[in-house]
Amino acid sequence: MHSDYITGSLSTTAGNVPRISTAWSVNDILNTVRIRWAIGRMNYKVEPGLYAVGNPDNDSEVFVTCNFKLTFDHVRKALSGMNSWVLILNTKGINVWCAAGKGTFGTKELISRVTKLDLSKIVTHRRLIVPQLGATGVSAHEVKEQTGFRVIYGPVRAADISEFMHNGMKATREMRSVEFPVWERMKLIPVELSYGRYYLFLVPALFILLSGLNRHGYSLDLAFANGLRSAFNLLVAYLAGLAVTPMLLPWIPFRRFALKGLLVGWVAALALYLLHMTGSGWVETVSWFLMIGGLSSFLAMNFTGSTTFTSLSGVQKEMKTALPVQIAIAALGVVLWVISKFLSV
Amino acid sequence: MNGLVYLSNVVTLELDQAKCNGCLMCTIVCPHNVFEIVGKKAVIMKRDLCMECGACDKNCREHAISVRSGVGCAAGIINGILRGTEPSCDCSSSGNCC
Ligand code: SF4
Ligand code: SF4
Repeated sequence: MHSDYITGSLSTTAGNVPRISTAWSVNDILNTVRIRWAIGRMNYKVEPGLYAVGNPDNDSEVFVTCNFKLTFDHVRKALSGMNSWVLILNTKGINVWCAAGKGTFGTKELISRVTKLDLSKIVTHRRLIVPQLGATGVSAHEVKEQTGFRVIYGPVRAADISEFMHNGMKATREMRSVEFPVWERMKLIPVELSYGRYYLFLVPALFILLSGLNRHGYSLDLAFANGLRSAFNLLVAYLAGLAVTPMLLPWIPFRRFALKGLLVGWVAALALYLLHMTGSGWVETVSWFLMIGGLSSFLAMNFTGSTTFTSLSGVQKEMKTALPVQIAIAALGVVLWVISKFLSV
Repeated sequence: MNGLVYLSNVVTLELDQAKCNGCLMCTIVCPHNVFEIVGKKAVIMKRDLCMECGACDKNCREHAISVRSGVGCAAGIINGILRGTEPSCDCSSSGNCC
């Protein structure tokens, strides 16, 4: 298999090791955008194993990472100008953090790679630099016991590698902390949106269809006029829960994501009401508040999976009360909405 | 960023100080700086910031720390409920979800 990031090969005492480039090709950049937007569920993987950056020797550091190509790209870019080894674990194309949680980026895989590759013949030192987020899956003392290699936890972000090295292989508090700034949250929004893409079309389509209902039977004109309005309202609910809530996360009151989403949903519904988008009768207006609130709340709660500060116990506690309420108010909203069809005109 | 805090008093993090030898490992691996070493012993300083990732538990050679680790993800928990299993994420190929 030939990949454009492999530029040659380096012979070592334990066999040939492919040498990789630290620059990104146009393809790498295009694929990065594609993956961020989750266009096509392709796997974006690198062959696990050992790679060389520059001209590493038996005293060069070994950087361990996953075989998700985006991560690999960031790591090799960060290593530019540094003669080093890159040890790729087989995480099935998943990033370090998620793979460590699942255990694929873990003690067993690391030990078996180090042993199989005869790493102790390639380098004379006994150090492995593992990204700190991998610690969830890697037990440093077990690796040491079984391979003799000491695990040194490196920075969370690949971009900090060079500073970490200059710092005598000590990560500062900043390098060790997981941040979750606006920009990071915004990067996740396209992924969130693309997960819901089927519903994004299906549900509004259903609403357009149902909008034609009235007490005299069915009217295509109504379906059109009210249907598009309904579809628009739903889109607003999606955006409230999937985009606005994540983006404004720290500034929205409440700790519970469900409440944050509900609040944003209701603010959006209020705006729609003021724009005369929630229908004429109060029944339909109330139904929109319920539907938009429930939907936005549910979608916001789902964002907990993408954050870096929510605990399992916390989310479970939140869901226990939130989920039934969300389902109930959204269902009530749908019922009221259908009823309102027969009250009007 | 220590600004974003989730619910209070829910996490399952436990520290047995008697076993701790002050090796610093937990302060190194924790992504939220939950631990600090006070007088050669680890102390849980910011319990509510813990996200139950399990890194400290896994890297404490003295087994002084225990935490029920898992991913705090609503979709994962729903997945678990639907399939009758533990909370698990079902994101086989795309890289960003957990
Ligand atoms: S890792 Fe364990 S032994 Fe080391 S400081 Fe933390 S609690 Fe103490
Ligand atoms: S479980 Fe993770 S977040 Fe919680 S204290 Fe341990 S290392 Fe820190």
